[in-house]
Amino acid sequence: MSKYAGFAFALAAGVGLAVGAGGSAKAETPKKGGILNFIVAAESPSYDGHKESTFAMVHPTRPFYSLLIRVNPDNPSSPTDFQCDLCVGSVPKPTDGGKTYTFKIKKGVKFHDGQTLTANDLVATYNKIIFPPDGVSSARKAFFKMVDAVEAPDDETLVFKLKFATGAFIPALATPFNYTYSAKDLKEHGYDWHEKNVNGTGAFKFKEAVAGSHVEAVKFDDFHVDGKPYLDGYKALISRKMAIRVQAIRGDRASIEFRGFPPKQRDDLVKALGKDITVQESDWNCVLLYTPNHGRPIMQDPRVRQALTLAVDRWGGSQHLSRIAIVKTVGGIAFPNHPLAATKAELVRLKGYGTDIKAAREEAKKLLAEAGKAGIKFELLNRGTDQPYKIVGTWLIGQWRQIGAQVTQRVEPTKSFYNSLRKTHDFDVSVDFNCQSVINPIVDVSKYIGSAGNNYGNYAGQDQELEDIYNQLVQEGDEAKQREIMRVMEKRALSDQAHEGITLWWYKINPHRSYVKGWKIAPSHYLNQSLDQVWLDK
Amino acid sequence: MMVTVSEVQTEADFEEVAPKKAWTQVAMDLSRKQPLGVFGLAIVLAMVVAAALANVVSPFNPLQEHFDAMLVPPGTDSYLLGTDEFGRDILSRLIYGSRTALLVGFVCAIVGSTAGLVLGVASAYFGGLFDLILQRVLDVFMAFPLIILALAVVATLGPGIENVMIAIILPFVPQCARVVRSNALAIREIPYVDAARALGFSNARIILRHMVPNVMAPYLIMLTTFLGQAILLEASLSFLGLGVQDPIPAWGLMLTNASEFFEGSPWVAIYPGVAISLSVFGFNLFGDAVRDTLDPKLRSR
Repeated sequence: MSKYAGFAFALAAGVGLAVGAGGSAKAETPKKGGILNFIVAAESPSYDGHKESTFAMVHPTRPFYSLLIRVNPDNPSSPTDFQCDLCVGSVPKPTDGGKTYTFKIKKGVKFHDGQTLTANDLVATYNKIIFPPDGVSSARKAFFKMVDAVEAPDDETLVFKLKFATGAFIPALATPFNYTYSAKDLKEHGYDWHEKNVNGTGAFKFKEAVAGSHVEAVKFDDFHVDGKPYLDGYKALISRKMAIRVQAIRGDRASIEFRGFPPKQRDDLVKALGKDITVQESDWNCVLLYTPNHGRPIMQDPRVRQALTLAVDRWGGSQHLSRIAIVKTVGGIAFPNHPLAATKAELVRLKGYGTDIKAAREEAKKLLAEAGKAGIKFELLNRGTDQPYKIVGTWLIGQWRQIGAQVTQRVEPTKSFYNSLRKTHDFDVSVDFNCQSVINPIVDVSKYIGSAGNNYGNYAGQDQELEDIYNQLVQEGDEAKQREIMRVMEKRALSDQAHEGITLWWYKINPHRSYVKGWKIAPSHYLNQSLDQVWLDK
Repeated sequence: MMVTVSEVQTEADFEEVAPKKAWTQVAMDLSRKQPLGVFGLAIVLAMVVAAALANVVSPFNPLQEHFDAMLVPPGTDSYLLGTDEFGRDILSRLIYGSRTALLVGFVCAIVGSTAGLVLGVASAYFGGLFDLILQRVLDVFMAFPLIILALAVVATLGPGIENVMIAIILPFVPQCARVVRSNALAIREIPYVDAARALGFSNARIILRHMVPNVMAPYLIMLTTFLGQAILLEASLSFLGLGVQDPIPAWGLMLTNASEFFEGSPWVAIYPGVAISLSVFGFNLFGDAVRDTLDPKLRSR
């Protein structure tokens, strides 16, 4: 774990510097009361954390729920610092050669409707996530490939039995989408009930939701952590337009936006508000991809997919797009600068990562001609969110134009966008993303295998070799070997088969009103959103 | 008394009485009578020329990104109106954007008003139950504000230029049909229509040969009015992200993309805004002049 510890230190130091630039880090006594208004850039397709992968769901709903374990809210940038949320004490060490984890569950935890939580609720929750019945969507099923069974020997004991020992299990448990549902709710109302209904054990209770406008919550008086939450409630205001979100903070109609602003908007706010604004910045465990739909004949030839990736000038894009969008870092499938991530020397060996873009585009044209697809025409599906989707989507179209491709863009609101990706598959190529929470590359890269619940390329069952490589990666315990396997997987997914195309990794900038306290930026816009520790210094 | 050929008034004699005016004279007369209309026409013609010769008059390819010149202000290097966030030349995008505006404007105005003409005349001519039902259906459409109906249609059909045109045409049809019907009702009662019916002419012949030519004035007035409205609606829908999509140059889209960068680089929003206002202003002035010229009541004022 030495490399991981060094990485954690480096990441935390980077975040710390950024915080230091914006405000004081000294401990203060939290004040109680007040309503936190924050802005969300999109509206969630549903409220079911197990099904969704979007911040638009996490930000308004994460405070309704508790997790079994979570990242330390005071140290959210660490990939190894976890604490119990519904369990007692510290996160348990495995037994049985790393294959059994036993958790003691807190007593007297109440759901918002008055039910008392037991270990059986956690069994029902994790069975839904890990072993969903046919037809039930679970976006992070692939995170738990190592789990053999989830059991509750009694009401206060939860046991995970693994097929093999792996360090990827605990970070997967801390994923903030693992909302704890009541077994009774799942049994009585069915697995779809949480898409539109809320009943959790979190610090806040659902008050109301107005489509296209806001989600409102009030403090849960029976919350299982004494003295928390500090806030009386919160209101998540929905606004798709970046300009409106920036102006909302500027005019103090909202105090914070948890996702992130581009550098230009940060500078405008700092210039306008001075000491009233605090800026927190961090690398971001989020990468913008494009996904060719292998179900479409036009995208079935790997040469066509390779041509698309060869056309993209990632190094130039990093330099230019980082001025106008929330993207910055060139990287492969693993979080950049992580010990398991590719170095620049390793990246340039992949198709589309070379530094001679002219030569790459010539090769792309040649590949298209060989595939009989010169002057290829297709449609790019995109999400109706400016940052970074529409900006990067438009940039991608410009990149593909350089190899003679004629690309049109279809922009859909979030709900229709997901509907196209998950159900109708009516796209040639779609803008896609792999935004994960806890930095856990071994789990995070499951996105690239066709069988993953959050893979929308329609190549499940078409690339067994890639699936085998991933299985090997998950089961490998040695760091050096993990790194080697990661490179093989990266080459297969991005270069040889070009199943997916990576554009750039995101960079997180959170300017917020200086009176918002207790919230620390994490390398993910999904993490640290329970809001139980947030307070207003007014 | 014999009349000789020389005494018969020839066409040439009439020409002497009412000599043909040179086109420049006609233009001068028109500009005296309808100065604003001529100004509007000049704007419209400038747009048409820009759209037709876009690839000749544009200084740059409107899709070409210049990452070394992102958001540069007007007048920098050869970027007369500056560049947008991708370094694309704003002037070139405005010129090519006029193609989108005119395409949507003309297609929507012509199709919408022509469909309204057919329905309006048919409704007036046939009358009875057909008229009653058709008018109630049109009432339903007219109950919605223009932009709301267009939004509803695009929300149902999805974004894209074809769907935007359908969304704009749909509310135009009842508006034109209602105006045309009121004129056609009066014409239906004129004896020559009765005479045509008595002579056994078909309904289609009566409508097309005897009624439609007599409602051309309101039709043309509606058509010119719709041109400006269609451009404005297209820009509004594109601004709301429901119309044309990047990288196609369109004024409303340029305006919505500008919203993120407007504070530090106001030119990205100002010029598309001016283009939209100017074109709608031009079409409205031209439409007013057409109305003044074709409407006998207004002509005498």
